[in-house]
Amino acid sequence: MIEATELSRSFRVTRKSGRRLRRIREEVVAVRSVSFTVEAGEAVGYIGPNGAGKSTTIKMLTGILVPTSGRVRVCGLDPSRQRIDLARRIGVVFGQRSQLWWDLPLAESFQLLRHIYRTPPSDHAERLEECTELLGLKGFLTTPVRQLSLGQRMRGEVTAALLHAPELLVLDEPTIGLDLESKQRLREFLAELNTRRRTTLVLTTHALDDIERLCRRMLVIDRGRVLADGPLERLRVEVGLERTLVVDLERPTAPLRGLAGVVEVRTETDGRRQRLSFQADRTTAAALITAVARQAPIHDVSVVEPEIDDVVRRLYARGPTTAEHPGRFDAPNDVLRAP
Amino acid sequence: MLTDVRALIGCYLRIALAGFHRYATYRQATVAGAATNIVFGLIRVGILAAVYTAQGGGSVGGYDLTTTVTYVWLGQGLLSIVEFWGGTELTNRIRTGAVVVDLSRPWNPQAALLAEDTGRAGFAALARLVPPVLFGMVVFPFRWPDNPWVPVLFLVSALLAMVVSFGARFLLSLTAFWLLDSRGVLGVYQVVSSTLAGLEIPLGYFPGWARTALWFTPFPAMLQSPIDVFVQHGSAVALLVHQVVWAVLLLSLGQLLLRSAVRKVVVQGG
Repeated sequence: MIEATELSRSFRVTRKSGRRLRRIREEVVAVRSVSFTVEAGEAVGYIGPNGAGKSTTIKMLTGILVPTSGRVRVCGLDPSRQRIDLARRIGVVFGQRSQLWWDLPLAESFQLLRHIYRTPPSDHAERLEECTELLGLKGFLTTPVRQLSLGQRMRGEVTAALLHAPELLVLDEPTIGLDLESKQRLREFLAELNTRRRTTLVLTTHALDDIERLCRRMLVIDRGRVLADGPLERLRVEVGLERTLVVDLERPTAPLRGLAGVVEVRTETDGRRQRLSFQADRTTAAALITAVARQAPIHDVSVVEPEIDDVVRRLYARGPTTAEHPGRFDAPNDVLRAP
Repeated sequence: MLTDVRALIGCYLRIALAGFHRYATYRQATVAGAATNIVFGLIRVGILAAVYTAQGGGSVGGYDLTTTVTYVWLGQGLLSIVEFWGGTELTNRIRTGAVVVDLSRPWNPQAALLAEDTGRAGFAALARLVPPVLFGMVVFPFRWPDNPWVPVLFLVSALLAMVVSFGARFLLSLTAFWLLDSRGVLGVYQVVSSTLAGLEIPLGYFPGWARTALWFTPFPAMLQSPIDVFVQHGSAVALLVHQVVWAVLLLSLGQLLLRSAVRKVVVQGG
């Protein structure tokens, strides 16, 4: 579906030099030799801090920007050369920009899009009905877009991007500013779209729970380079994040040190509750429970998985895997401690 | 092939209709605008009539008093079709980065904006051209065309004036890709263009060398030409050809500039 090879984009900017009337021209590299492929039917989260190059990549994928170098193919097309053909086959939602007509009722925007995308009327009607049903648009189809709430508008935006049945849906920050319920609803809808319709999803986001709920694969970018690419579970293991076994014991006990694979022990309530951080590749939760049970009677146990935020922070701290680009990211100290 | 062409026309026709509808939404603003056009028309008639009184009748720059009064009312009506002072929407969309949406659709962004502007002008023709002209016809002496084709040619010329004006504004708006904000450029343009197009005084009042020089600019094509077609001042064919040439030239330049904008510059905003 998407094939990016050594994709780069730089911009020329001028900035003040400090001396009067002197300006320095310089090249800013927004995307630096990025390569990845996305297969049909995948759901990929494209994440990174502000200014990492996410939006620039999306603009190149959709043919809005021409790459400075490298090659990109989307749906087998060259986005910048065949922009219009490609536009008919993909849907794009820019979370912070509206593709609806501000002054017109929502329904009229949808009609207009039918003509712009040249969708057959029956197909259009069918999809519109489906989205109206699943996203609950009925109550505000005749309301001018300027009067919609953000949550309503986003549902409208997603519908607008889907009416021409795109093979690929690109979402740039789709959940930004939405309340919890609206986020949840949108995620469920997108997950359904991905599994039932096999629509390929690529989404950029800051909300890591979007990725956790929606995307089986995560692509992390920073300073224009790919830091990591893979399923979230694998990245968790790769960056060596510990899982934590929380044991509630029958009575206060001294810290349970010296168990194989455990890197850190924290105790609460006089040692009645102990948090054992362990490395998943050196031991398992089951083995650890057995080991603990030998030392003290257990009342209750639970396992806490590392948060996706921690995974990402650790990735930034580690820097790209290639040696030519040492990790310079100023991460907070707690994530820098060696595992 | 034929169905493709039909779909293409259908698409831009729809966009034009949406443009019409967008502006038709704001009714009070429309009434207020038409009233303002009439009030300023009265002031301009008063000033220009004084010119004729001062020299004791006759004609100035090839216009007699009746033609001058007719020129004022047509100009007041055409003003909002041609839109010298508005049209900052694209600049704002470039400045805020919202232009990515326009660039991500299966359309030609310039053609889409032109279609929308045509719809807007269509609404302006009904709501803003008719009232001042009607007012002028009823209350003042009016120069009626002496053959029935003249009004038709006038409408064609008014449409071309709108396209030329759109082409120029589109070109200037695109400078926002490089300048990041082209409100300054547009501000200067708004002041200069209306005067050079013949809004304040007929271009016939200008000295001969200035009139000649203006033929090498698109400005007369934006306002003076449709008026001159209506009052039958000069050759209608020459006026229309001049308009067509500038319309084609400006639209082509816009197309080229848009292409290089996408190639070379930043599309702003994350």
